[in-house]
Amino acid sequence: MSAAATNNRNLELIGFALIALLIMVVLPLALDIFRLNLIGKYLTYAFVAVGLVLCWGYTGILSLGQGVFFGLGGYCMAMFLKLEASSAANTKIQSTPGIPDFMDWNQLTELPFFWVPFNSLPFALIAVIVVPAVVAFILGAAMFKRRVGGVYFAIITQALAAVMTILIIGRQGYTGGINGITDLRTLLGWDIRTDGAKYILYFVCCILLLGSMLLARFVLSSKLGRILVAIRDKEDRVRFSGYSVGDFKIFIFCLASAIAAVGGAMFTLQVGFMSPSFVGIVPSIEMVIFAAVGGRHSLVGAVIGTLLVNWAKTAFSESFPELWLFAMGGLFIAVALAFPRGLAGIFTDQVLPYIEKLWSRNRRGQDGVVVPNPAPAE
Amino acid sequence: MSVKRPTDLSLSRRQLLVGTAALSASALVAPHAMGETLPTATVNTTGLAVTDTEVTVGILHSVTGTMSISETGSVQAEKLAIEQINAAGGVLGRKIKFIQEDGASDWPTFAEKAKKLLVQDKCASVMGCWTSASRKAVLPVFEQYNGMLYYPTFYEGLEESKNVIYTGQEATQQIIAGLDWVQKEKKANTFYLLGSDYIWPRTSNKIARKHIENKLKLKVVGEEYFPLGHTQFNSVINKIKLRKPDVIYAIIVGGSNVAFYKQLKAAGINLTKQTLMTISVTEDEIDGIGGENIIGAYACMKYFQSLDNPNNKKFVAAFHKLWGDKTVIGDVTQAAYLGPWLWKLTVEKAGSFDIDKIAAASPGVEFKGAPEGYVRIHKNHHLWSKTRVGRARTDGQYDVIYETAELMEPDPFPKGYQ
Amino acid sequence: MVMGYSLGELSSIFAMQAFAGLILFSVFLLMALGLAIIFGQMGVINMAHGEFMILGAYMTYLTSHGFQTYLPGAYAIYFFVAMAIAFIASGAIGLAVEWLLIRHLYVRPLDTLLATWGLSLIMQQAFRSIFGAREVGVQLPDWMMGALSVTDVIEVQINGLFVMALTLIITGIVALLLFRSTWGLQVRAVVTNRTMSGAVGIDTRRIDRLTFGLGCGIAGIAGSAFTMIGSTGPTAGQLYIVDTFLVVVFGGAQSLLGTVASALTISQSQSTLEFFLSGSMAKVLTLLIVIGLLMLRPQGLFALKVRR
Repeated sequence: MSAAATNNRNLELIGFALIALLIMVVLPLALDIFRLNLIGKYLTYAFVAVGLVLCWGYTGILSLGQGVFFGLGGYCMAMFLKLEASSAANTKIQSTPGIPDFMDWNQLTELPFFWVPFNSLPFALIAVIVVPAVVAFILGAAMFKRRVGGVYFAIITQALAAVMTILIIGRQGYTGGINGITDLRTLLGWDIRTDGAKYILYFVCCILLLGSMLLARFVLSSKLGRILVAIRDKEDRVRFSGYSVGDFKIFIFCLASAIAAVGGAMFTLQVGFMSPSFVGIVPSIEMVIFAAVGGRHSLVGAVIGTLLVNWAKTAFSESFPELWLFAMGGLFIAVALAFPRGLAGIFTDQVLPYIEKLWSRNRRGQDGVVVPNPAPAE
Repeated sequence: MSVKRPTDLSLSRRQLLVGTAALSASALVAPHAMGETLPTATVNTTGLAVTDTEVTVGILHSVTGTMSISETGSVQAEKLAIEQINAAGGVLGRKIKFIQEDGASDWPTFAEKAKKLLVQDKCASVMGCWTSASRKAVLPVFEQYNGMLYYPTFYEGLEESKNVIYTGQEATQQIIAGLDWVQKEKKANTFYLLGSDYIWPRTSNKIARKHIENKLKLKVVGEEYFPLGHTQFNSVINKIKLRKPDVIYAIIVGGSNVAFYKQLKAAGINLTKQTLMTISVTEDEIDGIGGENIIGAYACMKYFQSLDNPNNKKFVAAFHKLWGDKTVIGDVTQAAYLGPWLWKLTVEKAGSFDIDKIAAASPGVEFKGAPEGYVRIHKNHHLWSKTRVGRARTDGQYDVIYETAELMEPDPFPKGYQ
Repeated sequence: MVMGYSLGELSSIFAMQAFAGLILFSVFLLMALGLAIIFGQMGVINMAHGEFMILGAYMTYLTSHGFQTYLPGAYAIYFFVAMAIAFIASGAIGLAVEWLLIRHLYVRPLDTLLATWGLSLIMQQAFRSIFGAREVGVQLPDWMMGALSVTDVIEVQINGLFVMALTLIITGIVALLLFRSTWGLQVRAVVTNRTMSGAVGIDTRRIDRLTFGLGCGIAGIAGSAFTMIGSTGPTAGQLYIVDTFLVVVFGGAQSLLGTVASALTISQSQSTLEFFLSGSMAKVLTLLIVIGLLMLRPQGLFALKVRR
């Protein structure tokens, strides 16, 4: 392994440690529970961004439908919580007690079959990962085996996000419709709305996010990771070398989707409801943009990007709602035009050489320039 | 408005505000006396943001995002009401100060901001929300932290909370009177139900269908839903032409409205001949649809800007003075205006700002100065109100052609309609 | 009797549904035409396409107001003036955007998606600041309203006919430009092999700019036509994105004929389904069918055989 690559990896580790320090220690100490809960919500989007680094940044698959997977994970979790909240005792004013309130309003008299298994927490937890992964697998198998890629894939995933939103809103008896699944209260009797629970959920969210980052790091630094980069840069050559490109793409797309879904489940737990407004086209594109701003080739960058964009959104939209959309639009254009590798790119290209120059005054003849990741060739 | 002002119509907003401030300063003599007789410690036992001279309330609507078009009117009405209440001496001698937060058309943001208003700002009450989804998102917050929400939109019902006062109509109030009227006046036998595809139109059409089929013993010949934002209605218009319903009952919302009415007109369906009744098109929507496209349609709701009574004339004049002559006032805007007033009256009845006491004192509170005439809070925290039918004119206003003789009783969980 | 209709009624249904389908077809084609040119020629995904249409719609709104105020006598023909203005405004902004933004991104097509999404946000907010958040309506001249009765059941909307005629003319002009003009020849050369085209002296940069400008200009005309049937608000453009992209992708990127065929397929299946199902389900099924067909034939209906 070259010195530059080792350097790069050390950097990632330092970045990872800094993120862990920030979200596990600094933020909980500095912020009250209200603000911390907000950060927790942003961090759930960071799961999606981490997934996008895997499939977009490293494999070149741009999905504009990650909201679908985020939503599926969130809905699986919400279904379990909703069933727990709709015990016969809590819902005795309904014409059919014991089923979720929105079903009662839509004249359902018994629980639909696909809701029944969600009475079990282990099943729900498995479903959070498996359901989105299966959907991703079906989509991926159909697309990548037939060598659909690039822009086509992006637009098909976008259409899928549209289908999903219309379906959820249209089948409100089964899904809660546009209001979503609301009023979630307890997890196995543990009240998730109290401040104490919010702290615990925040830390669970952090640990899962850091875990996802490590998993992603592990995948990328293995031999598999190098094949993925090769696929991104010259897909045909990889195929001619005898690799089954489709299988690799399907795998990484499923992994990215499952990670996004974990984020969705944590979102439901921390915010207390799930609604179709996180599934559609606009949130899906926004999630891509979090990853792009942070840096699509950097796991650490993607997390930082998500936090920064969301923080800015909350802060600016309060004070200058008009300015905010201009600023946001400008930001995307700037990222696309000038900083295709996002904040992480700015850091490694601009800041780091400067630091290293200061550093190398004391040491002699060190190769201080980090080799940047090449821009993806589509 | 009880405040006398120079009749100069070109009065600017700034001048108006100065005027209000001066007048309320002169009115402060009485409040001080009241503040002494009602010390903060006795009227506020739960630590709300109430001082000897001020009380803080929250305004929570979308100022940005897709819903901002609809919610702007509500914010304007609430600010007007607060200004007027302050000019008339405030609440229990305390001036109302408001903190406005932006829900940004995003439901978790609504929940977030609601929590901030209750936990951080300790608001004594909150006027806000518009869509059902946003209300559903904040409801657990209001119940958990024991706040009081005044919710202005007509909505699907199926909800009742100690912590919410619903100042708009629930579905049965709005629907049943209109259907009875159309049966009697138009000798209607067949109905075609249309709606945007989400909970309010679906629940409303469900109630309409039950009423048409079970109570009126008439026929529904079609029922259809379209995704929000849908703009192609030619197929359904064809179906309507074939089935020839006596009444088209349309609950289409937002931008789809514009497409729907334009295409109806283009297809040669003349609403002055074909009866169409809607419960979703207020004066606000007509602004976008264009009066010439919807002329002759009937709308059924509790308030129209053209309502002819002294309260409403004062209200419309004050609203136009504050927000400009061109702003139109729809049903929801009027309902939003009721919120601060009802809260003030309830607080004064309860003699306290405590949420529990307000919730208990709310039933029976009357507001005689309501632009829609007279309203009273029911024990289920909805309002008794009259229902009216209006007919659209070219200029974007409605002619009020019918109003129920009695106040309609709110019934959020209607028996026989579920 | 089928589904409660008599045979006579059924034939009228089919006639009217076919006409409704044709209107939808014209609308889809008009929306997709500009995008098809841009996407087919440059591989650029213009997420701001909807906003260029809305720009055209607002231009129509302004023109109609101008005519109402200054030339009420000529109101009957204002729509043609409005379309010209819409074309020029959207086209000019398109040219500027290409020069400022798009040309830097030709090597990274997926990044144009980000940049144009940012552009669409900026345009939306600009519309909101200038024209207000409320939707605006355009009053149509009288001759455009109403319907012609063919039989007592079958009626034909005049504005539907107008949109169809407009679509026909614009598609014709685009086809003529592509296949009979020097510009068209050069465009086709660049699509087939950009490097070689450059080598034989075609100014590929100029071709790109003109193409982008033309595509945006056509979007402007489409938006202008849409004021007849839809709403004009700052965010209305986003409604059209999915439909438009699907039409283009489904048609096969570099083929005008493909775009026409795909608009026809999608519109006919949607309006047929809409007749038998509720609007929402019809939409879902149409989208799923298109996704399914794309899986079977990923390169779209009519793919240009190009060696890469």
